[in-house]
Amino acid sequence: MRIWLSQHARTLAATLARLVRSPVASLLNVGVIGVALALPVGFHVGLANLQAFASELAAAPQLSLFLALEASASDVAQIDQRLKRHSGVRKYHYISREQALREIKTSTGLADVVESLSHNPLPDAFVVDASDGASQTLEALRDEFKRWPKVAHVQLDSAWAQRLEAVLKLGRLAVLMLGALLAFALIAVTFNTIRLQILTQREEIEIAKLIGATNPFIRRPFLYFGALLGLAGGGAAWLIVLGGVYLLNDGLSDLSRLYGVPLRLHPLTAQDSLSLLLFSAWLGWFGARLSVGRHLSELEFR
Amino acid sequence: MISFSRVYKRYPGGFEALRDISLAIADGDMVFITGHSGAGKSTLLKLMAAIERPTSGSVLINGQNVGTLRPRAIPFLRRNFGLIFQDHKLLFDRTVFENVVLPLSIVGYERRDAARRVRAALDKVGLLAKEKAYPVTLSGGEQQRLAIARAIVHRPAMLLADEPTGNLDAAYAGELGELCKSFNQVGVTVVIATHDEHLAARLKPRLITLRNGALAEAPVEAAA
Ligand SMILES: Nc1ncnc2c1ncn2[C@@H]1O[C@H](COP(=O)(O)OP(=O)(O)OP(=O)(O)O)[C@@H](O)[C@H]1O
Ligand SMILES: [Mg+2]
Repeated sequence: MRIWLSQHARTLAATLARLVRSPVASLLNVGVIGVALALPVGFHVGLANLQAFASELAAAPQLSLFLALEASASDVAQIDQRLKRHSGVRKYHYISREQALREIKTSTGLADVVESLSHNPLPDAFVVDASDGASQTLEALRDEFKRWPKVAHVQLDSAWAQRLEAVLKLGRLAVLMLGALLAFALIAVTFNTIRLQILTQREEIEIAKLIGATNPFIRRPFLYFGALLGLAGGGAAWLIVLGGVYLLNDGLSDLSRLYGVPLRLHPLTAQDSLSLLLFSAWLGWFGARLSVGRHLSELEFR
Repeated sequence: MISFSRVYKRYPGGFEALRDISLAIADGDMVFITGHSGAGKSTLLKLMAAIERPTSGSVLINGQNVGTLRPRAIPFLRRNFGLIFQDHKLLFDRTVFENVVLPLSIVGYERRDAARRVRAALDKVGLLAKEKAYPVTLSGGEQQRLAIARAIVHRPAMLLADEPTGNLDAAYAGELGELCKSFNQVGVTVVIATHDEHLAARLKPRLITLRNGALAEAPVEAAA
């Protein structure tokens, strides 16, 4: 067991030394893998941020109750009472039809159109914040409000968040497909790198076999090399994404000042970072494994 | 214990390098295989080390049939041998030390232990001062001695040497002879394929002579 461990440790050290000995080639390889992985990872980060943003908005879902045009002041008061007592309502406010018309006049530039109307076409309305943001609860509330007297229409304002969610789902699928393609590219890169290494070390492999090296012994340094290459590539991708987020946040801070909304991208979570590194190392190992299996058997003696 | 029984070896292409070879080499024997160039000496050694497989007949090493050995078992069989190849098979991008340590790393020796053994082996062949040199900077004879050091470093039970004195001058050939003898005296089986008659005269080994792939005389009995 100690021998086994020290053999692995020695292989690891030798493999690191080999990576360092040809720095340009290693850097190029790591760079290619890094860029390839940075694409899906970057998209993933973008999506994750959008998702967080969307759920932040959707966390404060609103319902708009529009009353019938003929509703009287006492109808309004009655609905006001009902809302006040309702446990599913966090808070609400009332917008009278006159107020709504005034707002349209001042804020939309439709003053002329509004002036020309013979009567106010807008209904009285309540804007309700629900205490629970789950879409089932919201839909139940909507159905309940709809049945109240003099309520003409209830609109659920989180519908757009659901639409965004659907788009995000599509985006995640696209990221997954992109990731699969580029994972394949990573496997191809390590496969080829290891193939070249095996060719240049052909003699060494042959001699080692002649004097009693087992196949696992011969395979081990190549597998380590592949895994390290993948790991370094994953690290490069991580840095690229981090740099990208940093630069974008710089730009976003201007934007958020203009719009008065706090806009900030969050980089990869610790868990995502770890999965990225592990996955890329595994991909490198896998590419090496395929390559070694294929090319060492070509060197096999009778 | 090495024993051949009715061994034929035909290379791809149809050339019959060995014909009907039966012989036995007991543990602790010292044997020279002689014969003209192309007689099949190297082929005989390759069969012993499972580098080639017999076309028919059986080759037994310590009771294991080389011809039917599983591929996974072959490395472990080879570790019983110290092999000196006719073309040395040195690694030219590795130092003298790294060349000699290879058999030990394959087996998984601890680093310090390995370094001690490598130096002992290099000392035996007179290359201790060249530990950090690369094989290209060595003379032909030094390369040959390097190959010998690599073959003996893991203290094999059997030493198989193909023309080990080919590039050595008489003095070093003599020293090599003494080296082989000293191994033989501590119980190592030594099999040497060679043309070197001086060496044979000095060591008085048992001789196996090949002619055109066949034994030149009736198979010699295994030494007592
Ligand atoms: N891999 C091979 N493929 C085909 N023929 C081979 C192969 N190896 C050896 N031979 C042939 O087998 C015969 C015996 O070869 P071998 O190398 O055993 O001779 P040898 O006795 O060692 O000769 P030398 O003294 O020149 O080293 C030779 O005629 C050689 O051409
Ligand atoms: Mg020969």
